[in-house]
Amino acid sequence: MPNMSYGEAIRDGLRTAMRADENVYLLGEDVAQFGGVYGITKGLYDEFGARRVKNTPLSEAAIIGEAIGASIAGLRPVAEIQFSDFITTGFSQLVDVAAPYTFRSGTHLPFVIRAPSGGGLRIGPYHSKSLEALFFHFPGLKIVMPSTPYDAKGLLLAAIRDPDPVLFLEHKKLYYELREEVPSDSYEIPLGKAVVRRPGTNVTLVTYSAMVYKALEAAAKLEQEGISLEVVDLRSLVPLDEATILQSFAKTNRAIILHEAPKRGGIGGELVSLLCEKAFDYLAAPIIRLGAKMTPIPVAPALEDFYYPSVDEIIQAAKRLVQY
Amino acid sequence: MGLHTIHSSPANTAGNAAAEEVLRSPERLLEIYYYLLLTRMLENKVAYICHNQNPQQPIIIGKGYLSTGQEGISVGAAYALESGDWLAPSHRDMGALMVRGMTCRQIFLQYFARASSPTWGRDGNVHVGDTSKQILFFISHMGSNLPVGNGVAAALQYRGAKNVVLGCFGDGASSQGVVHETMNYASVFKLPIVFVLNNNRYAISTPLHEQCAVEHLALRAAGYGMPGKTIDGNNVMEVYRHVKEAVERARRGEGPSLIECKTMRMGGHGTHDPATYIPKEEFETWKKRDPILGYKNYLQEQGILTEDQEQSIKARIEGEIEEAVEYARTQPMPVAEDLLKER
Ligand SMILES: Cc1ncc(C[n+]2csc(CCOP(=O)(O)OP(=O)(O)O)c2C)c(N)n1
Repeated sequence: MPNMSYGEAIRDGLRTAMRADENVYLLGEDVAQFGGVYGITKGLYDEFGARRVKNTPLSEAAIIGEAIGASIAGLRPVAEIQFSDFITTGFSQLVDVAAPYTFRSGTHLPFVIRAPSGGGLRIGPYHSKSLEALFFHFPGLKIVMPSTPYDAKGLLLAAIRDPDPVLFLEHKKLYYELREEVPSDSYEIPLGKAVVRRPGTNVTLVTYSAMVYKALEAAAKLEQEGISLEVVDLRSLVPLDEATILQSFAKTNRAIILHEAPKRGGIGGELVSLLCEKAFDYLAAPIIRLGAKMTPIPVAPALEDFYYPSVDEIIQAAKRLVQY
Repeated sequence: MGLHTIHSSPANTAGNAAAEEVLRSPERLLEIYYYLLLTRMLENKVAYICHNQNPQQPIIIGKGYLSTGQEGISVGAAYALESGDWLAPSHRDMGALMVRGMTCRQIFLQYFARASSPTWGRDGNVHVGDTSKQILFFISHMGSNLPVGNGVAAALQYRGAKNVVLGCFGDGASSQGVVHETMNYASVFKLPIVFVLNNNRYAISTPLHEQCAVEHLALRAAGYGMPGKTIDGNNVMEVYRHVKEAVERARRGEGPSLIECKTMRMGGHGTHDPATYIPKEEFETWKKRDPILGYKNYLQEQGILTEDQEQSIKARIEGEIEEAVEYARTQPMPVAEDLLKER
């Protein structure tokens, strides 16, 4: 099996989907010969040509609009938005046009919006955001946030073949940091299936995307202190794998929800509600949410490091829960 | 004559007496030269640090975004402003930031993300501004500061002030819907704003012909009912003349204009980008049209700039830059708790 980085696995997923289905094509700013600002589509122009790997003007609304329209007309467009932060300039196309389309018309929109998301690279408030909660609010949009190369390829293939709009948010810090064995053939990881990254018995930690690694680091340290943390990686937020979360919680009765996006108004609040509504009887301690601070994302290293929840905060939270 | 005109030859096309007076004054001409050189040398320093620093312990946090080879636009346009006028800069407007009074210290503090930078280390590189100097803070989202420029212009109009706004953006930014909304809106209200479009032929890797289907972007002005001009952005005096004319028009309450300045991005998008997608010949061709070189030749022909003066201006700038780098280098970085400080 070839060894691939997270970014390479995404490229391999795109290539696999394009070879298998003539209706799949790519569009976005600088995605053609240049290969996108993170190099994810590099080489695909050479293999598939300008018809299927298409550079666009600097126009997010028109890019997302094209994806919607082309999907209505039978294609499977995969649009890259250069940074997830810039989806906002095409926001209305996504949330007003795409999201309710099927509900109103019965017509499905099989398109994918890919975008580098997340922070940690010292590039500040306009290139680091994690905007998933914004889109989580709108019925009609699926949201996928992979954390490993293997998942990234399998989830991307599932997203491209899905009949509905999928927002595929890639963590840019993982693009070149992570490597693992990834099958070179086609495989899908179904949307809406979480995975237990590390089994544990005392506390459930639910997270996704790059925060998985902080959770695993905390879990390894906690183990030395006799606390067993179960790490659940959601992989997709919509659809949400409630069963895996509830199953884990039924075992541990204690939960931490962790994400990189600000705590206020984040996915964490929704997951706390889920546990309260569906598993109240299992609750042995208050549920702890860990998310970023309520400020824009800063550049200076000390500020940015302080902005995100730290491994230490996770450890302290787990300790509070077992001592409760 | 239609609303769009193309000015390719250097001439007193604008017929603006005030502008011509400035352009006859050796002191003013030398001052323009100082700003051009300051911009070039300051950004060369930024590039030098980016390329030579230890990536594990960088001094510049992030990359450098330079305006090398396009200084004539930013300096020439900003030089047309008066005290109390406002600037909505793009990311290629180091020249305008300097002309409008930002300091080398501020720029390096910002690039080094120090606690005392104009953004307290919260933002970096060219995401900068200075409200006390009537300079809006640039944001990444291309074109998004232009409607804000309209807002400032509306406030000036509201108060009956005789000031104007200079709104700067690129050919790539011009593809944003918000830019269209801004132009139309400004024209409807006859807002005192001048739009300066820096057409440097590339948006990251995307060449102009993949960005738009017209040769001259100022053609769009006609659709908004405002004057549009396409000019040589590498001729600082031309830029100054035409922007000055548009600024004075806006000051008289006659509304906005669009001035497209043709130039070339003489490098990558940022210091990290070797721009291998741009043919070498394109750089060579444009190198001959370097705005600073052209202007220097003019000054020398006119007997305004001697070799001694040239050396002393350069020495002065070098001193200013070194002083600013040393100053910024010794200023503290922000600490964690600064994140939550209310400003
Ligand atoms: C809305 C938006 N989309 C994408 C980007 C990413 N991006 C940054 S600069 C740039 C190109 C800008 O081109 P142009 O306006 O011509 O300015 P230039 O950099 O060429 O001077 C792009 C696509 C952005 N900043 N904003």
